[in-house]
Amino acid sequence: MVINKKEKQFNQIKFSTNVLFNLVFILLSLVCIFPVVFVFSISVSSESALQKYGYRIIPTEFSSAAYQFLWNEKDTILHALWISILVTGLGIVISVLLTTTMGYVLSRVNYKLREFYTWLVFIPMIFNGGMLASYVVNSNILHLRNTIWALILPLAVSSFNVVICKTFFKTTIPDSIIESAKVDGASQLRIFGQIVLPISKPILATIALFAAFGYWNDWFQASLYISDSNLQSLQSMLNNIQSNIEYIANNPYGGLSLQQYKASMPTESVRMAIAIVIIVPIACVYPFFQKYFISGLTIGSVKG
Amino acid sequence: MAEKDKVKKRRHWNRDDTELTLISLPTVIWFVLFSYLPMFGIIIAFKEYKLSGGHGFLYSLLHSEWVGWKNFKYFFTSNAFAMLLRNTILYNVVFIILGAFFAVLFAVMLSNLRNKKGSKVYQTMMFFPYFMSWVVISYIVYAVLTPEKGYANAIITALGGQKIMWYQEAKYWPFILTFMKIWKGLGYGMVIYLASITGIDPSLYEAAVMDGATKWQQAKYITLPSIKTVLVMMLILDTGKIFYSDFGLFYQITGQIPQSLYSTVSTFDTYIYKAIQSSAPIGKTAAASFFQSICCCCTILFANWVVSKIDKDSTII
Repeated sequence: MVINKKEKQFNQIKFSTNVLFNLVFILLSLVCIFPVVFVFSISVSSESALQKYGYRIIPTEFSSAAYQFLWNEKDTILHALWISILVTGLGIVISVLLTTTMGYVLSRVNYKLREFYTWLVFIPMIFNGGMLASYVVNSNILHLRNTIWALILPLAVSSFNVVICKTFFKTTIPDSIIESAKVDGASQLRIFGQIVLPISKPILATIALFAAFGYWNDWFQASLYISDSNLQSLQSMLNNIQSNIEYIANNPYGGLSLQQYKASMPTESVRMAIAIVIIVPIACVYPFFQKYFISGLTIGSVKG
Repeated sequence: MAEKDKVKKRRHWNRDDTELTLISLPTVIWFVLFSYLPMFGIIIAFKEYKLSGGHGFLYSLLHSEWVGWKNFKYFFTSNAFAMLLRNTILYNVVFIILGAFFAVLFAVMLSNLRNKKGSKVYQTMMFFPYFMSWVVISYIVYAVLTPEKGYANAIITALGGQKIMWYQEAKYWPFILTFMKIWKGLGYGMVIYLASITGIDPSLYEAAVMDGATKWQQAKYITLPSIKTVLVMMLILDTGKIFYSDFGLFYQITGQIPQSLYSTVSTFDTYIYKAIQSSAPIGKTAAASFFQSICCCCTILFANWVVSKIDKDSTII
């Protein structure tokens, strides 16, 4: 067999091994992506076909009934979507502000309270009051039950992210810039807002992304603190309809009574359709931001 | 850090300090309210909480009777304790070992792929499950496992087997939960190890090739030793969290823990969560919760101590 010297590059795995590895990874990628197709094909199947034949990867009878139902109940769905977006949006802003300010202050070597702050941030990394104590404090002392803040504040800061920020500021922002700004009479707030933040976009993006996915995917806080249906996010709606799907059915149409309407709703496919509504935004967004995640993970592993 | 601080100690408080304090004030308040206040919540575990009529929670708590270790005794002697301890630790041990094994294996394989474009695409696809919540994943699992219509039973009956009532048979669940945990975390772990593999000096491999090393030998004598530190660190840090469990995994994937699976899939977190949702006395729940926190604290400190013996720079403290 003649080996084409040009093609055979230095220190590569054998062609056959390469094919084998690629096959393994194609298989793995499918295992990771394909389950979403299961859910999608149920969501576009007709309810009667689901009852008769069970779930099929290729639907036996296509039907957009589930999505029509969601559209008909758009008040409920759009409200939940709005709560999800609101919580995610506010959460990102609050989380980024609280995390980066602390990270910046910790990165100032000359700051008088630095040692105290380091402990303040560090102790929660090794010890916490536990799930029950947090629950009691949030609901009985801070009275966050059934407010939107219960979904936002408890998740806003993590010591780990503060340390990532501190490391980033310490390693990437030259002291000389800050010193010269100080000589020009700028206050620390101004330095932070007008000099530090604009050159720290990668870390802002990383923290914002961690926060965004954390808030978008959160159902746990809602399940503990929210019983008011006006504050249901998409995730908590999905969590609740596991036991009781009828509660989203409120707007009968076509001369049906509420009773008949509830009986006729495409239960199985609607659940899966809501799951799809949650997955699609993530699937569309994350490939573009994946690199910020990875950079965040690698910054995190460097100790400052 | 320590030496620098000593020099600066004698300096007076100046404008900078005031401004920095103001900037960080909101975060400090956050830490006090959401991290430190709950730490004092542990006194609930030593009280028999009774609501005094007409008064708020704090008043009731402070005027409730001290009961010493009674709540803890109750938890330790209950039937649940041994089961929770076993489940939490065993699941975590399996997750840590298998998770690391597969992440390293696929990271090494991926780094050897000839087509770098392909490697990026695989990474993106395999990272995907990490971004889904356990609630959403529980629907995927439900689609596969639900006995009457699910994909799994459809395949089993097509092959001539008997339908399996997945949500009622405990014996399958350790495998299902392990599979789901690995499935969700594989992309994440792989990316971490891949980052450390790409950081290896290429001249090491060049030298190895000159000496006639095969790919297998390169992986064994260069790649693995080079990522050993990262691997050990990740393993130890995970071990530090061995008393925590991934709540969503155990609670959502099992369909909110039906009775038939209770003793196979319950962990400390699901136990405490269920107690919060029911009307269990909060003193007893607090004891369970506090026990978990103390154990976590000890394991993290221990893990950190072990890390400091191996590599001082990788400690978290």
